[in-house]
Amino acid sequence: MKILVTVKRVTDYEAKLQIDSSGTGVKLDGVNMIANPFDEIAVEEALRLVEKHGGEVCVLSIGSGEATTQLRAAMAMGADRGILIKAADKLDGVSISKIITQIAQEEKPDILLMGKQSIDDDSQQIAQMVAERLGFGQATQANKVVIEGEWAMVVREADGGLETLSVKLPCVITSDLRLNEPRYASLPGIMKAKKKPLDERELASLGLDLKASLSILKLELPPKKQAGEILPDVATLVSKLREVEKVI
Amino acid sequence: MSAIHLIIAEHDGTHFKKSSLSALAAAQKIPGACHGLVLGKNIKSMADAFAKHVPQVHMAEHDGLEHRLAQPYAKVIADVAKSIGATHVWAAATAAGKDVMPRVAVRLDAGMASDIQAVIDDKTYKRPMWAGDITGTVQLHSPVQVITVRPTEFAPVETQVQGQVSAVKADPGVNNTRFIGFEAVKSERPELADATIVVSGGRGCKSPEGFKQLIEPLADQLRAAIGASRAVCDAGWVPNDWQVGQTGKVVAPKLYIAVGISGAIQHVAGMKGSKVIVAINKDPEAPIFQVADYGLVGDVFTIVPELVQRLKAL
Ligand SMILES: Cc1cc2nc3c(=O)[nH]c(=O)nc-3n(C[C@H](O)[C@H](O)[C@H](O)COP(=O)(O)OP(=O)(O)OC[C@H]3O[C@@H](n4cnc5c(N)ncnc54)[C@H](O)[C@@H]3O)c2cc1C
Ligand SMILES: Nc1ncnc2c1ncn2[C@@H]1O[C@H](COP(=O)(O)O)[C@@H](O)[C@H]1O
Repeated sequence: MKILVTVKRVTDYEAKLQIDSSGTGVKLDGVNMIANPFDEIAVEEALRLVEKHGGEVCVLSIGSGEATTQLRAAMAMGADRGILIKAADKLDGVSISKIITQIAQEEKPDILLMGKQSIDDDSQQIAQMVAERLGFGQATQANKVVIEGEWAMVVREADGGLETLSVKLPCVITSDLRLNEPRYASLPGIMKAKKKPLDERELASLGLDLKASLSILKLELPPKKQAGEILPDVATLVSKLREVEKVI
Repeated sequence: MSAIHLIIAEHDGTHFKKSSLSALAAAQKIPGACHGLVLGKNIKSMADAFAKHVPQVHMAEHDGLEHRLAQPYAKVIADVAKSIGATHVWAAATAAGKDVMPRVAVRLDAGMASDIQAVIDDKTYKRPMWAGDITGTVQLHSPVQVITVRPTEFAPVETQVQGQVSAVKADPGVNNTRFIGFEAVKSERPELADATIVVSGGRGCKSPEGFKQLIEPLADQLRAAIGASRAVCDAGWVPNDWQVGQTGKVVAPKLYIAVGISGAIQHVAGMKGSKVIVAINKDPEAPIFQVADYGLVGDVFTIVPELVQRLKAL
């Protein structure tokens, strides 16, 4: 079984962010960068599936050359090799989906495992777009994945409960938070990762015609809410909610 | 040229969801004609109900649409969008909307704005990014656009019209997915996303028993829905469906009470739109107090039972 996992380099979820001078990006100096947490979960799931069924895990990132750090980290966890598509500018979701689709067409994985959402763009669209481009079935927000022959049985975190789907391979699966707990890389794993193949390619070499269908005009920090009132006791709270706010 | 909107009416088999009327509200900010679309099997009553708010409702009935599966749904939505020359295709940013709509965008060669919180003009929207830490203004450049709408930011349309329902021929196309089952979280309480009051518990409730003992009586007393922080869902104390936040549900009730929740930005992302926020936490430095309107500093195991008593006495 061959599994292709996408890994996006994103700002640390604990970072305090500021808008840069262009007004359309965030300042990255001194900001810690991590692999998108959902993608780490996807890597872990891929490793577990391959440990069980045999095969290979390839990790893919699109972005600046620095994303090699996140790819090496995934290889230190156990992924076999990496592909980095080097792109200078920030790309929109549709363009990223076209790039991932092209690599998937070359690599022909049985499963494309992605994160349900990137914690910077929060757009939750790229995996589904890739599935449609490839004509694959999909199971997003996976909570459990079991391979049964030519099918993947996936329990999804849907609205109002858990939905179980069976998706024909090859397919796209996106990880939700509770799919698994990613392992830490071991020291030998980190040493080995340095020697694993990492194929760095320029975006232009893919020959794709990418035209942005979405652009960011402006980023802004939402207005800061005034911190509220600390009340002395429960009785005061009840009267505030009843008499002032009229919400109970 | 004026817009042609197609709004997807999501439903549970008996009722269309109120969040679809929020999607309609967002669409109505851009002048144009509004069409609705209901997909499934035995959906006439829901199409009729949706036609009370939208002048033209298309009804796509097919055995292959019995279960809401992204691949066939996306094809039929895109087919209908093409047949009416839609310029904007809208759905609520529910788990279902997020699952299907990006595939629709590919089929229509459309750009997509996810989870928008405001409409600026016919191609420009505001949306939360980085867990709502940053608001982005984004513009779509494609002739057809796909947009999902954060329901809490748009009050559901209430105005009534006498719309028409017409059946369309649906061809679900290739489907590589089978529906196996659905295990619903059973609850007598209001739905988290629609509730007027939400009581949420965090790790400060200490244990599953502590959560039950603190949160349930308070929620019962206020007829509130129950929410939770990720920490509590991860620990398996409550169903995952109760998670409020960046990667869980977004709620905006009249009253939100956070019990033993620290107020990490990923949690705040899902509740900061609430009208009145109350925080109960023993740590006066807890970030939740930065977003709360009212705070009580102290032990939840003494404060919450007292609150329940005082509410009972009203
Ligand atoms: C990718 C990603 C996505 C995430 N998505 C979400 C999300 O959608 N929703 C979400 O909630 N979180 C999310 N998180 C997790 C988030 O960062 C926090 O870890 C989580 O919200 C903390 O939960 P908590 O407040 O219950 O626990 P803690 O942070 O441990 O806080 C417990 C609080 O209880 C207080 N307390 C303890 N005992 C008592 C007592 N006896 N009386 C009164 N107060 C007490 C403490 O002072 C503390 O403030 C996400 C994290 C990541 C990395
Ligand atoms: N630049 C990127 N490189 C690799 N994978 C990406 C990139 N952008 C998005 N993805 C993948 O797409 C998923 C969904 O992202 P999004 O649709 O932006 O929320 C992420 O979890 C990643 O797995």
